Amino acid sequence: MSKLGIIINGIVKENPTFVLLLGMCPTLGTTSSALNGMSMGLATMAVLICANFVISCVKNLIPDKVHIPCYIVIIAGFVTIVQLLIKAYAPAVDEKLGLFIPLIVVNCIVLGRAESFAAKNGPLDSACDGIGIGIGFTLALTLLGLCRELLGAGTAFNMPVYPEQFGALTFVLAPGAFITLAYLSALFNKFIKK
Amino acid sequence: MEYIILIITAIFVNNIVLAQFLGICPFLGVSKKVDTAGWMGMAVLFVMLIATLVTYPIYYGILVPYNLQFMQTIVYILVIAALVQTVEIILKKSMPALYSALGVFLPLITTNCTILGVAINVINFEYNLAQSTVYATATALGFTLAMVLFAGIREQTAITKTPKGMEGTPIALLTAGLLAMAFMGFSGVDKGLSAALGL
Repeated sequence: MSKLGIIINGIVKENPTFVLLLGMCPTLGTTSSALNGMSMGLATMAVLICANFVISCVKNLIPDKVHIPCYIVIIAGFVTIVQLLIKAYAPAVDEKLGLFIPLIVVNCIVLGRAESFAAKNGPLDSACDGIGIGIGFTLALTLLGLCRELLGAGTAFNMPVYPEQFGALTFVLAPGAFITLAYLSALFNKFIKK
Repeated sequence: MEYIILIITAIFVNNIVLAQFLGICPFLGVSKKVDTAGWMGMAVLFVMLIATLVTYPIYYGILVPYNLQFMQTIVYILVIAALVQTVEIILKKSMPALYSALGVFLPLITTNCTILGVAINVINFEYNLAQSTVYATATALGFTLAMVLFAGIREQTAITKTPKGMEGTPIALLTAGLLAMAFMGFSGVDKGLSAALGL
């Protein structure tokens, strides 16, 4: 498969949110607005690319019996790096995402891709897979965040679209996350998956 | 009194699944039958309590004195992974009956974000050891409650007719949304209660 093919595969055919249904916690927890969703997606993408690349480089050095703990340590290392960078350069984002940044460690997307792709393919292909899955995840989170923000607060990327009092606040709160994702994945099932 | 409010907040007002969105994977994955959901909840309760009791002294005894707080994520996930393995081995040897009930769920729990989430939360909220223990127990009970309620509803929706595109995950998510809406009815209960008790 070509590098571009791998990237597109991650965005559409193996879209982590709508097709693989992985990483549901940040998907639901951080998408109260489009910007929040996007920053979460980008943070996860950074970890995915680095972790995929490094794991693919060292996969032959790790004994098979302990490969999962080793992968988790590598992932946790990159999560810590991303966490410290966000804290230093974007404290506002850190405040919004809070607990969900350290929880990228237990996001099943990252370990799942390490196990199913990086452990079998070369470093460059694995980095491309990280980019593809990362973009797919970021797009899904941004779309979900945009829908919730638009329906709930009447804004898109913090720009007002219609007066706030017409919005249904439920969509910004917890139930809206489940309901919006339910309808988005139903639409995805109908039109794209087939 | 303070503990009662803590318990009610953790179970109903700030339910870990329906209000904080942690542990969604097992919530959607192992909730097709009520009894399986209940056992999963018990396994989480067990591990969450031990994990919190182990990570708490590590944070204040090792990480804080040596100024290593930034290593929290790495240390915690390793400790939790090792802990789950140890618990599995001990249970297998000494309590085979309990192991056969919880066994299948234990490996899943390592990557269950509720465990790591609660261990990090008790540090962020600056709870003491007693409060942490109560918080961890109550959170796990809240998780169990959400799981069992959700599984009960899913057993019913499985035998009803759903539109084709909504089958499977979408209808499950929609159910969870309605359940979350019901739990929103509890919001403010904690504040009202502490006002009524004069805290």
